[in-house]
Amino acid sequence: MLEIANLEVVYNEVVLVLRGLSIEVPEGDIVALLGSNGAGKTTTTRAITGLLDVHEGKVTKGSVTFNGEQIDNKNPSTIVRSGISQVLEGRRIFAELTVDENLTAGAITSKDKAAIKTAHERVMTMFPVLAERRKSVAGYLSGGEQQMLAIGRALMVDPKLLILDEPSLGLAPKLVAQIRDTIVEINKDGTSVLLIEQNANMALSIANYGYIMETGKIVMDGVASKLLKDEDVREFYLGLHGEGTERKSFKDVKHYKRRKRWLS
Amino acid sequence: MTAIPVLLAASSVDTFIQTLFKALALGSLYSILALGFVLIFKATQTVNFSHGALALAGTWFLSMIFMDWDIPGRWLPGPNWLHWGIALLLAMLVTAVFGLIIERLTIRPMIGEPVFSMAVITLGLEVMIRVIADDAVMLTPRTLGIPWGSDTFKIGGASVAWSYIAAVVMAAFVFFVIWRFLRTRTGVAMQATAFDQEAALAQGINVGMVFAIAWAAGSALAAAAGIFASMSPWAAAGVASREGAFFAFRALPAVIVGGLDSVPGALAGGMLIGFVEIFAGQYLSGQAGILGYGYQQVIPYVVMLIALLIKPYGLFGTEEVRRV
Repeated sequence: MLEIANLEVVYNEVVLVLRGLSIEVPEGDIVALLGSNGAGKTTTTRAITGLLDVHEGKVTKGSVTFNGEQIDNKNPSTIVRSGISQVLEGRRIFAELTVDENLTAGAITSKDKAAIKTAHERVMTMFPVLAERRKSVAGYLSGGEQQMLAIGRALMVDPKLLILDEPSLGLAPKLVAQIRDTIVEINKDGTSVLLIEQNANMALSIANYGYIMETGKIVMDGVASKLLKDEDVREFYLGLHGEGTERKSFKDVKHYKRRKRWLS
Repeated sequence: MTAIPVLLAASSVDTFIQTLFKALALGSLYSILALGFVLIFKATQTVNFSHGALALAGTWFLSMIFMDWDIPGRWLPGPNWLHWGIALLLAMLVTAVFGLIIERLTIRPMIGEPVFSMAVITLGLEVMIRVIADDAVMLTPRTLGIPWGSDTFKIGGASVAWSYIAAVVMAAFVFFVIWRFLRTRTGVAMQATAFDQEAALAQGINVGMVFAIAWAAGSALAAAAGIFASMSPWAAAGVASREGAFFAFRALPAVIVGGLDSVPGALAGGMLIGFVEIFAGQYLSGQAGILGYGYQQVIPYVVMLIALLIKPYGLFGTEEVRRV
């Protein structure tokens, strides 16, 4: 469904952030994209959704294709219309507008009133908390509610592919679990999901396939269940060391990390 | 002996009523001007310094439409004031289109450039439009054919100009329209863009379109303010003049006091400045010797300074608003 092939992205014509990134999201799947800060995860979403321009970024090599159509040169509005919707990192809800107005803004590309109404009802049943607070200003919602609103806003166009950029960021474990269940539910309704996360445990527990990126490249990929069991992944992203052994002290981890890099 | 205090009391009430209407009317004008500034700033983060020039262009368009071409009077029967009202809306429409063209030619290519550059471009536009409009206006003084001219009516002993009432009605009308508009889908898109441009883009909102709508609406409001400011008590009996262009800058304290990005702030700021200017002009005139000639035009800036000391982002402004 979504294919990124050999993508290279440069910011300000000097900073090379993605260096030959290739990932694929098959129809109906949840695909996790993992990596630490600065690996280029958010840049990848920008390349897919046409938001590179805002950040003075450019695709210099490779391509992004969605359902066989090249989209890396399209504007954000066209990309949303083609069926890709995203939840930005840090939620980015319109804090001055009400919950309903946020959802209206999410449905701005849709001309079909009946479809908007159906999507609105779907969001309301998916998040009963939002249904209670339809008229309240979004800035006054709690962090978890804001994340729900951000997801709801992205669902207003009934996307074929939903991209979530760190939906678990800054949320309590209980809320993370709730968001995870929501993502599974959305996926069951027929929306493919590209889940970008630092919380590898959460992401891999629901994904079909996972990619791990480091400094702009995929360094490892595989079926999610296998990645979860992989020694290196466990150590780097789950903070666990070996089978059944105790955790290392912070100092050891730090030294070890400096020496070792993925596949090199 | 007893008659004199009664007379004084009555006349001071009359003076108060007169001053009140005067203040309401000037406040309305400032509010309409401020609303135009605010709409453009909210959407594009640019202070539009060409607002006054657009206001002047608006009066010029009205003069052409109503006086020269007799639109819509040449096709439409009916009373004069109705024709004038339609011509006013037409002039606002033409100015909106004019604003759209300006936005397309000079502002759109600058999206993503520093807001300071954009502000300087509008400053250049101001000079350009004003010089062109000035030539057009000055060589042949243009009348606006305002139906009520400089007529007044009486409330008790107070005489109130019809222009005052017209200005208040116009302000109520434009604020109602803009307030309704901001609740529509397009309005929500506009507010979303103003709040977070990248997040708006991510929803598929066409930011260029939002810029265009903001400029069109801002220009139409500038035209309305310019036309009403050219009416009898404020200007020489409804003649389009270069006053309109400078009048817009007098609304700048109102915009800043209210907050650059706030629609209610435009109303509150406009009214506050209008009231302070008129009431100070009326009731401090005894102190003119100390305050100096024309002190009432300085007072808005004093209010602005005090307001900025207490609330640096304006009474209703958002705190993150960028400096320009």
